[in-house]
Amino acid sequence: MAQPATATRLDPARQEFYHRLLRQMLLVRRFEEKAGEAYATGKVGGFCHLYIGQEAVAVGTIAALRDDDYLFTSYREHAHALVRGMSARACMAELFGKATGCSKGKGGSMHLFDAARRFLGGHAIVGSHLPLAGGTGFAIKYRGTDQVTACYFGEAAANIGAFHETLNMAALWTLPVIFICENNRYGMGTALERASAVYHIADRACAHEMDSETVDGMDVLAVYDAMVRAVERGRESKLPTLLEARTYRYMGHSMADPIHGHYRTKEELEEQKKKDPIAGLRHRLRDDGLLEDAEFEAMDTQVHEEVEDALAFAEESPDPEPSELYTDVYKE
Amino acid sequence: MPLITYRDALNQALREEMERDPSVFLMGEEVGVYQGAYKVSRGLLEAFGERRVVDTPIAELGFTGIGVGAAMVGLRPVIEFMTWNFALLAIDEVINSAAKLLYMSGGQIPIPIVFRGPGGAALQLGAQHSQAFESFYAHVPGLKVVAPATPHDAKGLLKTSIRDDNPVVFLEGEMLYNTKGEVPEGEYTIPLGQADVKREGDDVTIICHSKTVAPALKAADQLAEQLQLSAEVVDLRTIRPLDVATVLASVRKTNRCVIVEEGWPFCGVGAQVVHEIQHAAFDDLDAPIERVTGADVPMPYNKHLERATKPGPEHVIAAVKRVAYLD
Repeated sequence: MAQPATATRLDPARQEFYHRLLRQMLLVRRFEEKAGEAYATGKVGGFCHLYIGQEAVAVGTIAALRDDDYLFTSYREHAHALVRGMSARACMAELFGKATGCSKGKGGSMHLFDAARRFLGGHAIVGSHLPLAGGTGFAIKYRGTDQVTACYFGEAAANIGAFHETLNMAALWTLPVIFICENNRYGMGTALERASAVYHIADRACAHEMDSETVDGMDVLAVYDAMVRAVERGRESKLPTLLEARTYRYMGHSMADPIHGHYRTKEELEEQKKKDPIAGLRHRLRDDGLLEDAEFEAMDTQVHEEVEDALAFAEESPDPEPSELYTDVYKE
Repeated sequence: MPLITYRDALNQALREEMERDPSVFLMGEEVGVYQGAYKVSRGLLEAFGERRVVDTPIAELGFTGIGVGAAMVGLRPVIEFMTWNFALLAIDEVINSAAKLLYMSGGQIPIPIVFRGPGGAALQLGAQHSQAFESFYAHVPGLKVVAPATPHDAKGLLKTSIRDDNPVVFLEGEMLYNTKGEVPEGEYTIPLGQADVKREGDDVTIICHSKTVAPALKAADQLAEQLQLSAEVVDLRTIRPLDVATVLASVRKTNRCVIVEEGWPFCGVGAQVVHEIQHAAFDDLDAPIERVTGADVPMPYNKHLERATKPGPEHVIAAVKRVAYLD
């Protein structure tokens, strides 16, 4: 694993960039808190998987992408959509199942899409989107452009056949895909070491002659730096990368699941929260004189307002028309 | 009109569509260097190169998903399954991804892709290599399902399928590849969702598709000779969307109907066709509809047992006699 970046002082010239990352993480945190509340009051239905604790991964990686790069995620994807630039309104409205949602209320929490931003979903069968991401890598190579694809998945997906088949073909055909394993240590309630013979997911890359890197997924700047290297490998050398981000989710697998209990202890959870990605960046910025407390408070207030606005928008938005039931089944 | 094989008709369709549209590519096991397990892709690697004729590892789930992903960003993949039996490994990407992405995304992401390869039983290949999957895929909204019977239809329908903006499951008959038929020179296409009356008749309608068209026509010949019964043979060609209008028009004329398919009977294609007929043409029927299907068993290896599972002209004739109250 790379050395923690805390050893070095932050670059004052990049203050704006740091603030942007902090604000994005904060937006995700506040959005997810409100989504959780909305689920508890029955406004959000179905399954709702929250990203709280993992913010540094989506924020750090997406900061290294270009607008024309492709993104694929699993079903814990509100964060990736927001960070990619989807409005909190369109995202929240989709969770509410409203016509103004990014997928017109037909997708829900697990199926967010924003084709204009090349945010290609929101996929809810574990591991099934890895081949799809490989397919966009194939298309990039086919067309000879210098885009890359970022594909996010949990560590549990690394045990599925689609993972191995895709990594093999991505390496064999040199497809510019960055496979980002968000290792939050639990596949629902099963700890990684109870499900995988290999503890270090990044080690699996060697089975496919693929470059890999492991990064502290609670440190947004370390994630960003690792992603910059992976993106360069993809863009310049057309090579895929397996990037493992060691992270942690604070909530249950979904809103229907307990936060702790049989599979992990409250003490473990509290211990992990000490490495909180938002507090971590905030304190580093403050220590290096790049963020006043008042600035942070203002940022948080602004983010709160953005999420409240999204909630009100989602609440007031209409349900899809009944006639929408039979549209979009086939492309005419 | 030139007489060519079903295999060569498919090859022509692929070649013409790849020439016409640079976003069309062919991917699958042994499609390139080996020239295709059934030689459907013969010569295409030489004509279009490795970029567009892509040999894959034996990894159906992976390369099918790669095809769907490429379609998500506007390419037009043709994914070849060496047989549809192997496609069971990839069915997650066909059903959970290809068939649903347009809907789940609220209409943002069309999937213009063709999944094709041989289906149905051949000769003594045993239970895992002898299956007709039409009804599996036809069950799923978001997919179109095509199963041509003749070289002419195979070419015209494959070209249309490649141009369609939706995922198309294109089931070829493994035993049809060597069959010959007239195929016009030059450009033509056949719309999806259009059945074809392969033989006109007045006394009974025989509905069939793919490999069962030949035994249906043979049965019709024998019925004319032996019983002076005039059978109309309707080839569905496309299972979904289903051409209900052509089926109903025929049944309203003949008032009797037999439905033939290679697949298993339970929840088969014929079950759906029966529903459409009884719902819209109940008063036109002079007898209950009969179905002729593959036997409701996994395919046995022994050739006598295997033959007993397959719908042949004799089964069709027996069913026609029942609907005509002649047995």
